[in-house]
Amino acid sequence: MKRTRARQLPYTVLGIGFLAIMLFPVYWMVNTSLQSGPAAVNATFFPLHPNFSAYQQAISEQLGNMGTSLAVAGGTVIFSLVVATPAAYALAKFRLRWVSLVMLALLISQMIPGIVIANALYTAYNDLGLLNSIPGLVLADGTTSIPFAILILRAFMESIPPSLIEAARVDGAGHWRAFWSIVIPVSRNSIITAGLFSFLFAWSDFVFAVTLTTASTVRPVTLGIYSYLTANIQSWAPVMATAALASVPAVIFLVFAQRYIAAGALGGAIK
Amino acid sequence: MTAADVTTLGEPSLASRNESPRHRRGLSLDRVAQWTFLAPAVTYIGLFFGYPIVKNVVMSFQDYTTRTFFTGEAPWVGFANYVTVIRSSLFSTTLINTGLFTVGSIIGQFVIGMALALFFKRRFPLSGVLRALLLLPWLLPLIASSAVWKWILDQDSGILNQTLLFLHLTPTAIPWLSSPNVALVSVVLVNIWLGIPFNATLLYGGLQGIPDELYEAASLDGATGWKAFRYVTWPNLRPVVSVVLVLGVVYTLKVLDIILGLTGGGPANATQTLATNSYQQSFVLFSFGTGAAISNILIIISLVFTVVYLRLNRRAIDE
Repeated sequence: MKRTRARQLPYTVLGIGFLAIMLFPVYWMVNTSLQSGPAAVNATFFPLHPNFSAYQQAISEQLGNMGTSLAVAGGTVIFSLVVATPAAYALAKFRLRWVSLVMLALLISQMIPGIVIANALYTAYNDLGLLNSIPGLVLADGTTSIPFAILILRAFMESIPPSLIEAARVDGAGHWRAFWSIVIPVSRNSIITAGLFSFLFAWSDFVFAVTLTTASTVRPVTLGIYSYLTANIQSWAPVMATAALASVPAVIFLVFAQRYIAAGALGGAIK
Repeated sequence: MTAADVTTLGEPSLASRNESPRHRRGLSLDRVAQWTFLAPAVTYIGLFFGYPIVKNVVMSFQDYTTRTFFTGEAPWVGFANYVTVIRSSLFSTTLINTGLFTVGSIIGQFVIGMALALFFKRRFPLSGVLRALLLLPWLLPLIASSAVWKWILDQDSGILNQTLLFLHLTPTAIPWLSSPNVALVSVVLVNIWLGIPFNATLLYGGLQGIPDELYEAASLDGATGWKAFRYVTWPNLRPVVSVVLVLGVVYTLKVLDIILGLTGGGPANATQTLATNSYQQSFVLFSFGTGAAISNILIIISLVFTVVYLRLNRRAIDE
């Protein structure tokens, strides 16, 4: 046992090396964000004298935008789950005539570039007054999260034993009652996975943010970063601080909800 | 979406066969109740996928500009938008860029992703944790990653040039994003970085599905190392490989965030793709007609790959 351990050690070292290269940009983002001030043009390799003034600036400039992102992402989670969960159940368990057609539509929907949807939605939103609005962005962001959520949830719900649902139905529960009291509690984990990814997709959305908002009233944080990038950048520390703050949900989910994220990454890796 | 999600396409779900005949009574009412589960999703798909696709086709045959928003007039122009787009000197540039961007990204992501998947297949201390952390670049907002890379690749003070100069690997600072000759390569490299976790994760999942007995049997026949990969791993991984590659192509074709964040399509259109050009036409120049025409061309290219994808899936099921 001990010998195999010793023989495996080079792999661990090599693995850490690979990961260090892959995650270097993330390190560099955090490192730069901690080095603001006049000497910040050439950031040093380690934040030997860390200061948080870049974060102060980022928060003062981007707090409202982050609030917008949070509202859009939260709204998208609720909207996506409300639409996707019953649909996933129907696709998994009911024998309806058009099931395969709906599945085909879902697969094709994931191939449609966001810019195509944005192109058409812009004109429709203009007429409906949905430009520069949080509901408008929530509805648009659903185009990424709803197909994903349906596919993830359906894959799980297929494995629910029919006897479980039958038992409730025999007791006289209708489809919705059985869905609510049996299917949802049993599917808790996959619902969490679908919800977390819906949040991340909406939080990271750029295509709809840049096309469906025209004023500064509703501005997700991704657009805040983009406007830094299109301007002439004087100091990178606040830009990196904003990027780091925008990365917080991803890091939190990866650390504290790793098994849900891993399940989603394998079950429906789309982005 | 993976192969597993598609396997039931076109065949009735297994579970639904167990529906007891008792529920067949009052069939129509039951059917209506069942459809209420699907109605919101179907409505949404119709409004947010069906409508945009149709609208996009209609717009591409119209002279649809900012004026349209005030007057409500969008005169029919037939194929004029397509002719303008295809005749423009930019079209061949964007087409070539889209091709190079896609092919370069896919090859890089796939080869490195495969190497990492094979590497992580041998379980060693910490391998699980390292594999989980590898997902991070994939979960970050793309625009945040673009910002970091723009800083790393900065010609004067970016860390990459600083390091290369310090190690005397380059005589002068490389204009990663500001030279038309280098910018596309840089954008491809960043996109490879972004795609590695996706490729590695899916391929690792595929590798896990290959039974160990196959390797044991192969090693008895003297197939180890490269031979084992050639005769055991690759044939068994083929369905997953095709899914990963086709999905990779479709997702790469529509990339917008990374290019807009890093270069904005420049310098001198060196990184302009069909997707960024469609954005530029519609949302910078407000020429929605030509923007729609370009995105329809993009859809057709994506659709070709989608058909390939669905066919490969079918075959994967048949096997």
